[in-house]
Amino acid sequence: MDTSSLTKKRIEELLQEGKRFDGRKPLEFRKIEIETGISKNAEGSARVRIGDTEVLVGVKMDVGEPFTDSPDSGALIVNAELLPLASRKFESGPPQIQAIELARLVDRGIRESEFVDLKKLGIKSGEKVWAVFVDIYPINDDGNLIDAAALAAVAALKTAVLPVLKDDKVQYGEFTTKGLPLKEMPITITCYKIGDSFVLDPTSQEEDSAKVRVTVTMTFDKETYIHALQKSGEGALSEEEILEIIKIAETEGKKLLKRFDEFLKKTAPK
Amino acid sequence: MTEKTYKRADGRDPDETRKIEARVGVIKNADGSAFFSFGGSQAIAAVYGPRQLHPQHLQNPEKCLLRCNYDMLSFSVTERKRPGPSRRSAEISYVTTKALEPVLQLEGLPNTVVDVYIMILQADASTRCAGINAAAMALANAGIPMNGLVSAVSIGKIGDTIVADLTKEEEDFTVTKGGEEIKAVTDIPMAFTSRGNKITLLQLDGKIKPEELKEAIALGKKVCKKIAEIQAEAIKKVDKDKD
Repeated sequence: MDTSSLTKKRIEELLQEGKRFDGRKPLEFRKIEIETGISKNAEGSARVRIGDTEVLVGVKMDVGEPFTDSPDSGALIVNAELLPLASRKFESGPPQIQAIELARLVDRGIRESEFVDLKKLGIKSGEKVWAVFVDIYPINDDGNLIDAAALAAVAALKTAVLPVLKDDKVQYGEFTTKGLPLKEMPITITCYKIGDSFVLDPTSQEEDSAKVRVTVTMTFDKETYIHALQKSGEGALSEEEILEIIKIAETEGKKLLKRFDEFLKKTAPK
Repeated sequence: MTEKTYKRADGRDPDETRKIEARVGVIKNADGSAFFSFGGSQAIAAVYGPRQLHPQHLQNPEKCLLRCNYDMLSFSVTERKRPGPSRRSAEISYVTTKALEPVLQLEGLPNTVVDVYIMILQADASTRCAGINAAAMALANAGIPMNGLVSAVSIGKIGDTIVADLTKEEEDFTVTKGGEEIKAVTDIPMAFTSRGNKITLLQLDGKIKPEELKEAIALGKKVCKKIAEIQAEAIKKVDKDKD
């Protein structure tokens, strides 16, 4: 259901006082739940719930041909389907721009941070490499799908194992205990601007009220690096605002990474 | 193993289904939703509607249209399924619609549609049956007028034994005859209405004698009765959070 202009106005007014409908502070996330190993047929899988938003991500692997300019590098293919099951807003049919953007945002974060070390996913130089498919399925959309999908993708990759390979063919349904070659975990934070206020983790209603958003993917090892950035939406932002958003993404991203790390420590691979 | 002595790998009795889990209210945005699983085969279903039907030329001024859509997550199966619809999913969507229609009372809602979206989260055979069971529960959860439930199960003949609720491993069962590996499984997914025990889904592939089919249908009827009880029980447990 579309959010009424009256509701949008109220959301904007409340935010000027630093308040939200559900009592959160502007930069506060809803409750985050992460579950890995949710699918026995996937090489890696995760379910992430942020408030009422729920996303499933699965990793499947296959043997493919390398690109001619990188004969030893594996391939990463990120795909998202916005199922009409998850929201009234989603329609059946070929992927719409929202689904494509979601997949590309998650793809860019993983690719540019080199989280999956594709160079180590060659099998036979120039002939065979691993293809890593990351498939994103929202089950219920109540806002902030991007951050939820990015988190679920990283969780699924982190806990993924390689399938058994025999004569260069994947033995479907048989898994090794070997994980993927991974580097520093990227964290994706999307900052929304509603009226003059910055908000993280919006609900659907808040998302509808935002004119503009910026998605930032960062790693925080010894130093903070930005790996992917995307401004989206109809509004425009000043230079100062962009810098403020990056500051927010760094502070809040570090908090999210800490929570994520603690969760992963308690989790065994697949 | 000879044909006569088929024993189920998981130790189940021939008329025993895998562990069933059923609950409603799993997708908050939907008007009705449900989860149903037979062991490792898990399905969710969401119902949206009744709502205005587009495209307009499909509208019926006398009644509401039922439109089911079945699909699988790409990673629900061992070899990645290419995202998006296929000939298989189109056919299953169609037979699912026809399996559910007989219990729905859709008259008097002109030019509307009830959309049922079924997604297989994890597949281990019998996914269309799990999908139908979830869909029937989701429709009830959405408050769509219904004359009873629909329950589905796949009955199989493995070797010479009639069994309920096949797994993928059982579906792939072969016997060696004259040094040749041959498929020795007949798969018969079927659905029954809870009131009146009418058959609303019946498909078969394999090789079976008419008297064996009779036995299979009798077993399906018995098992579906139990499934209907589980569905009905789950429908009553409505999530308190749902408005």
